[in-house]
Amino acid sequence: MLSIRNLHARADDMEILKGVNLEIPAGEVHALMGPNGSGKSTLAQIIAGREDFKVTAGEVRYRDIDLLELTPEQRAHEGVFLAFQYPVEIPGVNNVYLLKAALNAQRRHRGETELDAFEFLQLVREKMQLMQMDESFLNRGVNEDFSGGEKKRNEVLQMTILEPTLAVLDETDSGLDIDALKVVANGVNSLRDASRSMLLVTHYQRLLDYIEPDVVHVLADGKIVRSGGKELALELEERGYDWLQSGNAA
Amino acid sequence: MSNRDIEQLVARQYEHGFVTEIESVTLPPGIDEDVIRHISNMKGEPDFMLQWRLRAYRHWLTMTEPDWAQLNIAPIDYQGISYYSAPKSDEDRPKSLDEVDPKLLETYDKLGIPLHERAALAGVAVDAVFDSVSVATTFKEKLADAGVIFCSFSEAVRNHPELVEKHLGMVVPYTDNFFATLNSAVFTDGSFVFVPKGVRCPMELSTYFRINAANTGQFERTLIVAEEGSHVSYLEGCTAPMRDENQLHAAVVELVALDDAEIKYSTVQNWYPGDENGVGGIYNFVTKRGECRGKNAKISWTQVETGSAITWKYPSCILRGDNSVGEFYSVAVTNNLQQADTGTKMIHIGRNTSSTIVSKGISAGRAQNSYRGLVKVLPGAEYARNHAQCDSLLMGDRCGAHTFPYIEVANPTAKIEHEATTSKIGEDQLFYCRQRGISEEDAVNMIVNGFCKDVFRELPMEFAVEAQNLLNVSLEGAVG
Ligand SMILES: Nc1ncnc2c1ncn2[C@@H]1O[C@H](COP(=O)(O)OP(=O)(O)O)[C@@H](O)[C@H]1O
Ligand SMILES: [Mg+2]
Repeated sequence: MLSIRNLHARADDMEILKGVNLEIPAGEVHALMGPNGSGKSTLAQIIAGREDFKVTAGEVRYRDIDLLELTPEQRAHEGVFLAFQYPVEIPGVNNVYLLKAALNAQRRHRGETELDAFEFLQLVREKMQLMQMDESFLNRGVNEDFSGGEKKRNEVLQMTILEPTLAVLDETDSGLDIDALKVVANGVNSLRDASRSMLLVTHYQRLLDYIEPDVVHVLADGKIVRSGGKELALELEERGYDWLQSGNAA
Repeated sequence: MSNRDIEQLVARQYEHGFVTEIESVTLPPGIDEDVIRHISNMKGEPDFMLQWRLRAYRHWLTMTEPDWAQLNIAPIDYQGISYYSAPKSDEDRPKSLDEVDPKLLETYDKLGIPLHERAALAGVAVDAVFDSVSVATTFKEKLADAGVIFCSFSEAVRNHPELVEKHLGMVVPYTDNFFATLNSAVFTDGSFVFVPKGVRCPMELSTYFRINAANTGQFERTLIVAEEGSHVSYLEGCTAPMRDENQLHAAVVELVALDDAEIKYSTVQNWYPGDENGVGGIYNFVTKRGECRGKNAKISWTQVETGSAITWKYPSCILRGDNSVGEFYSVAVTNNLQQADTGTKMIHIGRNTSSTIVSKGISAGRAQNSYRGLVKVLPGAEYARNHAQCDSLLMGDRCGAHTFPYIEVANPTAKIEHEATTSKIGEDQLFYCRQRGISEEDAVNMIVNGFCKDVFRELPMEFAVEAQNLLNVSLEGAVG
């Protein structure tokens, strides 16, 4: 389970997170909503180990490991996965090559044997079917000239292959049409089980129609200002964030 | 790079100086006509060769060193160089791999160099290298069966003087430039390849060459002639690090492709770049030029440059034949204090000639990396086409990348395209890979190799992998 206590973080001179508290027990899916610029991506990236942000107070523990002590790759080896809001392009590096290197690095860490090219391809093909992706994706550069929707699908494909135990998805639903949204939700749901924790950052209630969250949190100005059941998302959709902020401003 | 760094670099290099062991057959430092006569005599050359050397030498005396482009360079003392030293005798060489520096062997391992070649590359006395000798002999027979002449330049001068006399200096005349002219006067050895009409060379002239590459000397000369409809692929150098006591290397390579012939020339250059302060590195000033003399001829240069303190080279194509094709694919890596000024010249003379330039420069540390390219379209070159893509990748913020494209077009039907990009190895890219569980070092390697892919895929298969490893080794510790 993920446990974040009193997390304060800044970038440059600006304080972005101002005391975040969040607990996600194993097996639960939590949604994180909130206005633009409230710090959702910052939180997601700090969990994954981005060094641009300086944690000034608080702690992030996962399965009793102090995550803040680990490098990004060590966190990945512990099962942490971030589906990026803006997946980066890496020209000339094959998608399939990156993915195989990633999976085998993680397997090595866990003391499992590495997959050979054949076994790996079999696994990828199966997951690509689930994600309804064309095989031509495999040999394209990582995210190179992908459409916005293709990039998001690719993130979830990677997730289904790496099978993380803590998955953070940062606006993976943004920019998807309804069919793509269903596919992505399907991929995410395929991983849902009693051992996994997930954090879905989203602006839209519609994603939550397909991936039902156990808890919904609202982040505003660097703090969790409200947590509740899935009906909270519906309420937000109707009334907007102002309703919450005005109520909690003091 | 600051002036102070350069001064320090220069000062230290002089401390090390040029140390030449005096053996009976090694000439004392200095150059004059007697030295040239002596070289020619010692090699048993016919008179035409001596006369050609002397004409070059007399011309050289009238020349001044070129302006150093984007390079910072210490003056070279040409009278301080010994222009002939006999190859090391077997007694001076290691007897077996057990006597070779373990660090060197470790590098071979990282590069993935085949076991049977390691001894030869490490300079182990030849009769101890059973494997490679037998490999070489098999190759030699195969080539002879096909009618391909492939031998050292000295042998060619003695055994095929008519071919040498006919082609030597036709592409790079002895008056060409300061270093080429010096090379013409004093060159010691190199390779000669002749592929007769209609013959497709039965193998890559690479493995064989690598095994015999030891001791090529500082003034190397290579001539490759491909007759009508023939085809040859040649690989020079190797990924193994090369050390040499000679600081100055000034090689000349000439290629001639007749009608419908194709020459593919690949280079992997890994001369000692000096230590992280630039001490002891090699100056590599090379003149490489190919002429597509006949129609539909094709010459393709592929180079992976990771070594040398200073590299100055512009492999070029003269596209004389109608429909001829010139290509240049280059990866140049500079780290620490290395400097590279490299690029190509594509001279379009014939109709419908086309050229492609793909240049990838990678700089790390405090290194400077320049691409300098000329595309020239002469008045008669109807419908000439050129596409140039020059990309630079920077690692860290103390290095530099520069692009100097020169375009001269004298025919309005020409179509010339130039694209250039400069990017920093992205924190975003690194973080993305690391988030997936890939170590920082592996991530850098992956990103760099991706950047160079368009060039690597032009290399002969067996070398593509080694070249990738070479890049990884060259950039070890460049980030983080
Ligand atoms: N690397 C950074 N450096 C400086 N400021 C940043 C950086 N990343 C984000 N910010 C700022 O922090 C605030 C929160 O951003 P972000 O976490 O991306 O919000 P959200 O994902 O909720 O829209 C914004 O004001 C943003 O401009
Ligand atoms: Mg965001």
